[in-house]
Amino acid sequence: MWKWLHPYADPERAYQLSDKLLPWFTFLAIAFIATGTVWGLAFAPTDYQQGDSYRIIFIHVPAASMSMAAYMGMATAAFIGLVWQIKAADWTAAAIAPIGAVVTFIALFTGASWGKPMWGTWWVWDARLTSELVLLFLYLGVIALYASFEDKVLAARAAGILAIVGVINIPIIKYSVEWWSSLHQPSTIRITEKSTMSTDMLYPLLINIFGFGLMIGALTLVRFKAEILARNAMRPWVREMALARGAK
Amino acid sequence: MKRGISYTQAFATVLKRDLKIAVRHRGDIFNPLLFFVMVVTLFPLGIGPEPQVLTRIAPGIIWVAALLASMLSLERLFKADFVDGSLEQMLLSPQPLYLTVLAKVLAHWILTGVPLILVSPLLAVLLHLEENSYGALMSTLALGTPVLSLLGAIGVALTVGLRKGGVLLSLLILPLYIPVLIFATSAIDAAGMNLPYDGQLAIIGAMLVGSLTLAPFAVGASLRVSTN
Repeated sequence: MWKWLHPYADPERAYQLSDKLLPWFTFLAIAFIATGTVWGLAFAPTDYQQGDSYRIIFIHVPAASMSMAAYMGMATAAFIGLVWQIKAADWTAAAIAPIGAVVTFIALFTGASWGKPMWGTWWVWDARLTSELVLLFLYLGVIALYASFEDKVLAARAAGILAIVGVINIPIIKYSVEWWSSLHQPSTIRITEKSTMSTDMLYPLLINIFGFGLMIGALTLVRFKAEILARNAMRPWVREMALARGAK
Repeated sequence: MKRGISYTQAFATVLKRDLKIAVRHRGDIFNPLLFFVMVVTLFPLGIGPEPQVLTRIAPGIIWVAALLASMLSLERLFKADFVDGSLEQMLLSPQPLYLTVLAKVLAHWILTGVPLILVSPLLAVLLHLEENSYGALMSTLALGTPVLSLLGAIGVALTVGLRKGGVLLSLLILPLYIPVLIFATSAIDAAGMNLPYDGQLAIIGAMLVGSLTLAPFAVGASLRVSTN
């Protein structure tokens, strides 16, 4: 059933596939984020309590939810790399880590600048905020560990183990607003029941969340391609490609 | 198939060996302990000796110092064995790696965790901790320090092959230590206000059980990566 997937473990095929996918991801990401952001910032109704400052939600929530999704993606790739010894999966994990760290930082930064007008403070030591900060530290730990090994095969395995251990933090972030009484508001988007949010605000938000996911996909593809080239620099197909590019 | 020695024997052998080595290098036991005591002494000097202030921050100071001391002593868990090659022999032995790792971590805890628990009431006196929090302090340390040793072992196992693992180790391990710190200090605070703290203790206990069952697997996998 999964046999069609096997050829893509070959670095050259994986490179070609990501080359083909990249323009689609890029185009869709730009389209979704542009639509969602313009709709959210300019056309969505003003909140009766928070006024216009609530509009940062259209950046904050996508960044926060995608920071967790990217971590799960990284850990899944690391798990596949560890169990089935597929190098492409290791490279994917290494490609996602810095992107995830930046998205986590964006979530924390936009959260802080939303907290200032609403809560009157940039930062509170609240369960949601602290666990998201720990997520940033986990990303940085994975990046640092990957960078500190000379041998990148070992580096990917070591960083992969750390990424898998850190998965324990994800449910803590997700449920922190329900388990502890927290200043951070509980989630308003529901998957199984009706969301506790007006649809005029919900649609642009969902579009942006989807757009952020596509953007992370596109950036991961760029980094994944670079990682393939770096790890296979001695292979003939990479050399041929480099020569062809150089001739142009 | 004959295994040579039973699991219990293998476990006991590794444990005895590690304890014996540590007893012959006494500095390894006492230096982290001294570090723990000295860090705690720095706070009253830096913040000021007012008893009310110290009472308020005592749980946090003692626990943060315990985290740092346990991290400082982690290095010796696998380093010497890695350098002289005995770690590789342990990985090659027919006994499950889980047992070996567990024995080594237990030895580490006996050598660093237990002295820390024993000396903590003294520090609590120095920091004017509320009298009714002593039980909470001791029980959180008793349940929490094994968790620190187990989680820390993962980090050491990942970095043992690197030349400069020290700073990296703290970056990897401290985020994982945060939950233990949060629940331990909140238990001690609750005890200080005469509130029940068995909920927090139960969570630390759950962390202990969880890390006891899962961490040795992660440590074993990391050791195989590090020794390659």
